[in-house]
Amino acid sequence: MTAMVEVEGLAKTFTLHNQGGVRLPVLAGFDLAVAAGECVALHGPSGIGKSTVLRCIYGNYRADRGRILVRHGGGSVDMAAAHPRGILAVRRETLGHVSQFLRVIPRVAAEDAVAEPLRLRGTDPQEARQAARAMLRRLNIPAALHRLAPATFSGGEQQRVNLARVFVADYPVLLLDEPTASLDRENREAAIALIREAAGRGAAIVGIFHDAEVRAAVATRTVPLTAAREAA
Amino acid sequence: MPPGAPPLLSARGVTKFYDAIPGCRDVSFDIWPGEVLGIVGESGSGKTTMLNCISARLEPTSGTVEYATRHDGPADIYRMSEPVRRLLMRTDWGFVHQNPQEGLRMGVSAGANIGERLMAVGARHYGNIREAAADWLDKVEMDTGRMDDLPFTFSGGMQQRLQIARNLVTAPRIVFMDEPTGGLDVSVQARLLDLLRGLVADLGLAAVIVTHDLAVARLLSHRLLVMRRGKVVESGLTDQVLDDPEHPYSQLLVSSVLHP
Repeated sequence: MTAMVEVEGLAKTFTLHNQGGVRLPVLAGFDLAVAAGECVALHGPSGIGKSTVLRCIYGNYRADRGRILVRHGGGSVDMAAAHPRGILAVRRETLGHVSQFLRVIPRVAAEDAVAEPLRLRGTDPQEARQAARAMLRRLNIPAALHRLAPATFSGGEQQRVNLARVFVADYPVLLLDEPTASLDRENREAAIALIREAAGRGAAIVGIFHDAEVRAAVATRTVPLTAAREAA
Repeated sequence: MPPGAPPLLSARGVTKFYDAIPGCRDVSFDIWPGEVLGIVGESGSGKTTMLNCISARLEPTSGTVEYATRHDGPADIYRMSEPVRRLLMRTDWGFVHQNPQEGLRMGVSAGANIGERLMAVGARHYGNIREAAADWLDKVEMDTGRMDDLPFTFSGGMQQRLQIARNLVTAPRIVFMDEPTGGLDVSVQARLLDLLRGLVADLGLAAVIVTHDLAVARLLSHRLLVMRRGKVVESGLTDQVLDDPEHPYSQLLVSSVLHP
């Protein structure tokens, strides 16, 4: 069984230069391997570095040390060392990341925001928009809202647009940072169904699920994170 | 691991001194087709000097700028003949100024502003030129009925869109933009940003965008260079630089914004 994601010896310390040079060691030698079809839940108290792990895998945070191998296009790419254009190619085809916030773009309609990942891969605009609408409907966003920019949507609606943007694109690897936060029961069920379907089609999933019920419903394995103390 | 395809433009060690005062120092980067590079930093950090150096508008004191020409491969833009460089500036490259009045001919109509660049590359058929002008006015969301009006009758946002249309009508491969949303109202800015984002993506343009606005940089650019006192202090993927800035100056810049 080959790992879709393989993290080895990941270390990350934040240095706050403008706050007295405070150093915040978050990860010190973190390892993780995730196979296709697995859904691994990162577990641990707030501030322990769970989101940092996801962001490092996505190439959003830069690793200080370690390797982050992601299977991509028949090979593997080390996200900790790849050129920015290489990282963008992995994100376009392979890696989907649900962050805790939707970054809305003024004037861009919800359905266009959701269609964007498909458009970036060269999907026909009409087809991409149809897929986007279908995904928005699955997440209970009424058709009347599809043409509107999500800036005025409620928190829960924005979160569902965020989910739709990622689940529309069938990524082989999914990074889910609190995907069900601020969702009501009905929508939480819809999100759980999408996550399970993704795992069922062979996606490798790493997630942070604070809600124990959601975690129990989707996770195939839990990986605890412990505080990184500086080795000194 | 730089990917296989050759870059469209390569700057190496670009340095510009104004007498003894450094404008930009030792700036190096590559830009590939379809890629948008954002240049951020405070006023006086050398952003505009650098942009002028790489766009054949200001010869650097030292360093080279190579451009991948369509037919003859990479060529140093300051070693090519003047006519060749002029032709590139009129066809392959676009330059969008912060102040649209610097990039427009204020004494001729909107349509003529767009048509002029086409005529500079040999278009002569009046009907075709007018049609192309109308098409571009439409693409930048301007009323084609205003085609025969002079630019000074337009608002700042409309003038900026006209300047963009004038630049894009020759289907350039790279566009240099100096604070393109600079002097505009926030609502006009949002519309222009959305327009630029769409055009850059649809046309597969490469672009270098100088801005002091990190939100603009995040929205438009794939990669960022952070400049301070003429030097590049940090570079990387846009979201890396904005979400995980490493250099003290980048951290200060990001933490000083209300909503980056």
